[in-house]
Amino acid sequence: MYRDHRPKRRAAYRPEPGELWLAAGIGAIIGLAGASWYQIQTRNSVDRRLPDDAPLRTARSQPDRRRTVTGRTITIDRPRSELYEFWRDFKNLPQVMENVKDITADGDLSRWQIDGPGRDVSLVTAVTDDVPNERIAWSSTEASDIETRGQVSFRDAPAGRGTEVTLDLEYRAPGGALGRAVAKMFQSEPHLQARRDLKRLKMLMETGEIATNANRRSAA
Amino acid sequence: MRALTWHGKHDVRVDTVPDPEIVNPRDAILEVTSTAICGSDLHLYDGVIPGMTSGDILGHEFMGRVVETGPKSTLKKGQRVVVPFTISCGACFFCQKQLYSACDNTNPAEKQDMTEGLYGHSVSALFGYSHLTGGYPGGQAEYVRVPFSDVGPIVIPDGMDDDDVLFLSDVLPTGWQAAENADISEGDTVAVWGCGPVGLFAVQAALAMGAGKVIAIDEYPNRLALAKKLGAEIIDFKQTNVLEALTEMSGGLGPDSVIDAVGMESHGFAPDTVMDNIKQNVGIGADSPHALREALMCVRKGGTVSIPGVYGGMADKFPLGALMEKGVQVRTGQTHVQKYLDDLLRRIGDGELDTKFLISHRLPLEEAAKGYKNFRYNQNDWTKVILKPGMLAA
Ligand SMILES: NC(=O)c1ccc[n+]([C@@H]2O[C@H](COP(=O)([O-])OP(=O)(O)OC[C@H]3O[C@@H](n4cnc5c(N)ncnc54)[C@H](O)[C@@H]3O)[C@@H](O)[C@H]2O)c1
Ligand SMILES: [Zn+2]
Ligand SMILES: [Zn+2]
Repeated sequence: MYRDHRPKRRAAYRPEPGELWLAAGIGAIIGLAGASWYQIQTRNSVDRRLPDDAPLRTARSQPDRRRTVTGRTITIDRPRSELYEFWRDFKNLPQVMENVKDITADGDLSRWQIDGPGRDVSLVTAVTDDVPNERIAWSSTEASDIETRGQVSFRDAPAGRGTEVTLDLEYRAPGGALGRAVAKMFQSEPHLQARRDLKRLKMLMETGEIATNANRRSAA
Repeated sequence: MRALTWHGKHDVRVDTVPDPEIVNPRDAILEVTSTAICGSDLHLYDGVIPGMTSGDILGHEFMGRVVETGPKSTLKKGQRVVVPFTISCGACFFCQKQLYSACDNTNPAEKQDMTEGLYGHSVSALFGYSHLTGGYPGGQAEYVRVPFSDVGPIVIPDGMDDDDVLFLSDVLPTGWQAAENADISEGDTVAVWGCGPVGLFAVQAALAMGAGKVIAIDEYPNRLALAKKLGAEIIDFKQTNVLEALTEMSGGLGPDSVIDAVGMESHGFAPDTVMDNIKQNVGIGADSPHALREALMCVRKGGTVSIPGVYGGMADKFPLGALMEKGVQVRTGQTHVQKYLDDLLRRIGDGELDTKFLISHRLPLEEAAKGYKNFRYNQNDWTKVILKPGMLAA
């Protein structure tokens, strides 16, 4: 036998006149909002958009959800060659990359120790493209915990302002617990890491130090 | 060491905290000899600037003696220096253009996220202020770490008192930049809202830059009297309709330039101010720009609006129509202090500028909380408070 879980029937609900007015008011506001939304959407609408000149990472939505594309451009008032040399020696990068603990050279490969949430993530990358003073690209190898590709490129900035440095990064999160941890690390705020790292690079190259508000060395 | 720390709205205390150390190569450590409470500190005290953390050491107007230097500092132990409240690297695109308060390299990278979110771009670090501007420990303390000490601090010659030069740190160059931003031509009429330290220095600067008439607006008799002594005509906004008065006092044209030296906590019982205060009290990062609204209404067509007053968030009911239809220019910003130091130090030395007239109270650092309270609630009598870490408590 089954019991009836429905509540006991209450006395019929009779709205007060004030409540009716309130409901009418809310209805009118929703109606007006809907009408102006419809107007905005349909006024001068276009059925075709030109591919614009903005980088893909600034698109309003990314085509592939599993793949995160991110990056950032920054102007650094140093010559291209100096910035290229610094980056080409991957061992330098932990100085400016907040969550990279260590990078060691292993023949042509670089081994990265990345400080992940709860566990370290290790990454082995190979350089896939290298044009002195122009760009360096790298890609993760089979031995890595995550699939990632990156490229840093250097262009002369206009009006003698130094070099425009662009960092492009792409991650593909693996499945399972590691995947979730990595996703949390790189994808919750995918833009943060690239922009913080480039800003620290700029500080180091332009001023010789990385700004900190720490009042004591132990806290820096 | 002892330091004035922020713990929330209207809660500042002198606490014992760890001494600062040299952290980066360009750092220096100062023993603070004098430090002032600024109108900007009141915005922090009132909890209307976002990005404060309990325990933050306040103070951005200070000077002292160098006690330690990093390997890349250009200062020497024992030198007396005044420190700009803006922390600037001297090397980036903005510093090269002398836009020191826009420096790219002093606000720590992880602090810039929030600032970019709020303002689109991050700005320079400031001492003793919000974490939007770096959250650097400030100078209302016995000691302070001064980063980029080779760029900011100016060495003070023997024979000049702290009281003569302390305001080089902030309010004097701020008043000066405000007048410079007002784009004054010989004989112009300039109206200044607010006769606090910034407004009073703006009055002095505007006259020095050739203004024919400066009209200062406030409600406190003592502050208005100081403006009058400096050579301004005065309007008490509680007594007089400001728009009508300014129009009449400028031949019906309106002032050529207007300066808002009030900032985000404008007084006066006006409907817009009441609404703004309600929003500030529920903490939604709102500014209360009544004086600025009024200034935009008063400025003549094609005139210039200079805004040294600090704003931190959003404003509404803003007379954008007046701004556009009258074709006015707006210039503003935190002060590029480093740009003005040499010139202003020379003017003080030559007796062209008086700074001491402003000081109403000197207190030991231990009594800093009392200084805040009175500078906030007793504005008529307390025009400027100097804290002396070395002075014994009464
Ligand atoms: N741009 C900068 O770099 C910079 C530097 C220092 C201070 N500031 C800002 O400048 C402003 C003034 O600083 P201060 O130290 O002189 O502060 P203050 O609080 O001592 O002075 C403000 C004055 O404005 C008056 N006032 C308030 N409402 C008014 C109104 N509606 N009309 C006319 N006057 C009114 C007050 O009575 C008071 O005398 C603050 O916002 C401060 O944060 C900016
Ligand atoms: Zn200030
Ligand atoms: Zn700079």
